[in-house]
Amino acid sequence: MNAPLATPVVALVGNPNAGKTSLFNALTGSRQKVGNYPGVTVERKSGKLALPDGRLAELIDLPGTYSLSPRSPDEAVTRDAVLGHLQGEKRLDAIVAVVDATNLRNHLRFVLELRRLGTPLVVALNMIDLAERDGTVIDVARLSTILKLPVIPTVAVRRRGLTELGESVAATLRAQTPLLPETTESDVKLLQREARVIAQTVTTAQGEHRKWSQRLDGIALHPLFGPLLLAGLLFFMFQGVFAWAQAPMEWLAALVTQGQAALTSSMPANALRSLLVDGVLGGVGAVVVFLPQILILFFFILLLEQSGYMVRAAFMMDRLMARVGLNGRAFIPLISSFACAIPGIMAARTIDAPRDRLTTILIAPLMTCSARLPVYAVVIGAFIPSRYVGPFNLQGLVLFGLYGAGVLGALVAAWALRRTVTKGPSPSFLMEMPKYQWPAPRDIGIGLYQRAKAFLFRAGGIILISTVALWALATWPKPPADWNRPALEYSAAGRIGAALEPIFRPIGFNKEIALALVPGMAAREVAVSALGTVYALQGTDADHSDGLVAKLRTSWTLPTALAFLAWFVFAPQCISTLAVTRRETGGWAWPAFMFGYLFAAAYVAAGVTYWTARALL
Amino acid sequence: MPRLTNLLIEHLARGQVMTITAIDRDGLDPKTAERLHELGFDEGVDIELLHRAPLGGDPLAVKVGNMTVALRKAMARLIEVAPLTTSIAAE
Repeated sequence: MNAPLATPVVALVGNPNAGKTSLFNALTGSRQKVGNYPGVTVERKSGKLALPDGRLAELIDLPGTYSLSPRSPDEAVTRDAVLGHLQGEKRLDAIVAVVDATNLRNHLRFVLELRRLGTPLVVALNMIDLAERDGTVIDVARLSTILKLPVIPTVAVRRRGLTELGESVAATLRAQTPLLPETTESDVKLLQREARVIAQTVTTAQGEHRKWSQRLDGIALHPLFGPLLLAGLLFFMFQGVFAWAQAPMEWLAALVTQGQAALTSSMPANALRSLLVDGVLGGVGAVVVFLPQILILFFFILLLEQSGYMVRAAFMMDRLMARVGLNGRAFIPLISSFACAIPGIMAARTIDAPRDRLTTILIAPLMTCSARLPVYAVVIGAFIPSRYVGPFNLQGLVLFGLYGAGVLGALVAAWALRRTVTKGPSPSFLMEMPKYQWPAPRDIGIGLYQRAKAFLFRAGGIILISTVALWALATWPKPPADWNRPALEYSAAGRIGAALEPIFRPIGFNKEIALALVPGMAAREVAVSALGTVYALQGTDADHSDGLVAKLRTSWTLPTALAFLAWFVFAPQCISTLAVTRRETGGWAWPAFMFGYLFAAAYVAAGVTYWTARALL
Repeated sequence: MPRLTNLLIEHLARGQVMTITAIDRDGLDPKTAERLHELGFDEGVDIELLHRAPLGGDPLAVKVGNMTVALRKAMARLIEVAPLTTSIAAE
């Protein structure tokens, strides 16, 4: 026990889908992502919990788990924290066990397991409103008597029972009478049976359970309509990303151009103006315009996660994933990777089989992340005519083809990896399917806010820095007066580009591309801003009315453009992806391997595309 | 595991409710066997086949207690079921 003056540490522990994260949000008002598939909480989340007696406690939201014997890395975090074995973590002063009132018999087993630890324990009987709606009546007083624990009915999403829960936690902390830990071996079977008996005893009326979820599943998992619905949803999602984002993107682009024009006319023609106009606005602006697309994509992904549909998608995809040696669970991180590989790679923590998890991490960067959209959009806009092939827009078809190539590449890579470097026993697929839920607008809002913030911080941080660095390299040293070729070629950047060019010349890339690929490693979308900066500085006059699209049209051939697109399907991923892969795999070996295999794939794909296009066109 | 005479989950019609009579824990690694219990599988518990996955009928979705669980056929074959009337457990 801590001294009464120290800040007590309280953890929320419970099964996945018990509404733990929503309860955490409601109790702390903290900002964090809420999901509905098992194990979305993969990071340590903590917040301040104001207790009714005026004290503050630190509340930790631990990853959802079914028991203290973990099957995946995120579950291991929970076990270690609860047992006080987690490095750098204080021992818990109390645990709030979050229990889904509509699933009492399964969730009580975990409460019984937690009770054996001896840490002061309060039970939050969450989603009591859903149980009531089903017609299930639970004798809370009796449950409390049998468990010898305080039991507080709560409805996290409607903020019901929060005060009572706080009072109960405060009382438990004050009491300072630890339960006696039980040292006998806990047997999951015996605890499970005990839990069933208790649940039966305290449930005075059993309602019809999950009627709606089962009806919805009749459609969502229908042999014919199920896959059609999934395909339709994915198609709608990508359609929405492009159709709805168009107007706001044009506004943002117009804003950037206006800013550039205003600075150009109000400032003397010096290096600072060039930095602001070409470096900052030209570079960062080229990336910020993609914010609407990224938000729309994340909006759909949050919706699919929180409604419970994502798990159904994993269920339907398991068979296909099994063919390449993966698991339906991998579908969830891979879909997230369409937004960004980083949350995707982190979400792979919920995959229990280590080889499976590793394979999923290694192929996640092949899902076309939103950072590649700017690259695709600019090159497609410059080189693919906007005409109709039947009912389809040719530009849209090419974009769809690039996404398809990424998915296909990922499947082939998974297949090959599972037979070579990540060879191992075929994993099982065992997953709870949570009930469908209306996504809470507040939770979606919080999720989107976090995404927008992360994206703009990236734009203001790594993208700004690398763009400015590139601008500086591309500006200095200044050429002598008798230099009659573009000043860029004399600059440091021009020389780096010239040095790299021989590596990339065989696949049809020019110096400017070779140069743009280097800062493109910082973040993929920087390749666009880098091209923007390089071509803006290359212009002999200070005319910025000519967009990047027009400049590319005049300086690239079609085979080069196509090779560039093919390169970015496999493009060695950004630094952040490599960094997160290092963290998740615990060393540099796997990120190095990932970089190597993706570089080789990108090189071959770009080369094949270039030479095929040259032969055909 | 030659138990061909016995009934398995995959033999059930959708919506048919039966009782689990045996789980072949030796066919599973201990962690997975434990997880099955944590998800509510046990001898004497009712089980209902809810869905077979589209495109090939594997995996299966079953209702165990109040939980809906997805599992592959290969694992489901380690679970034996029997009609409710011969149920061994009076829960």
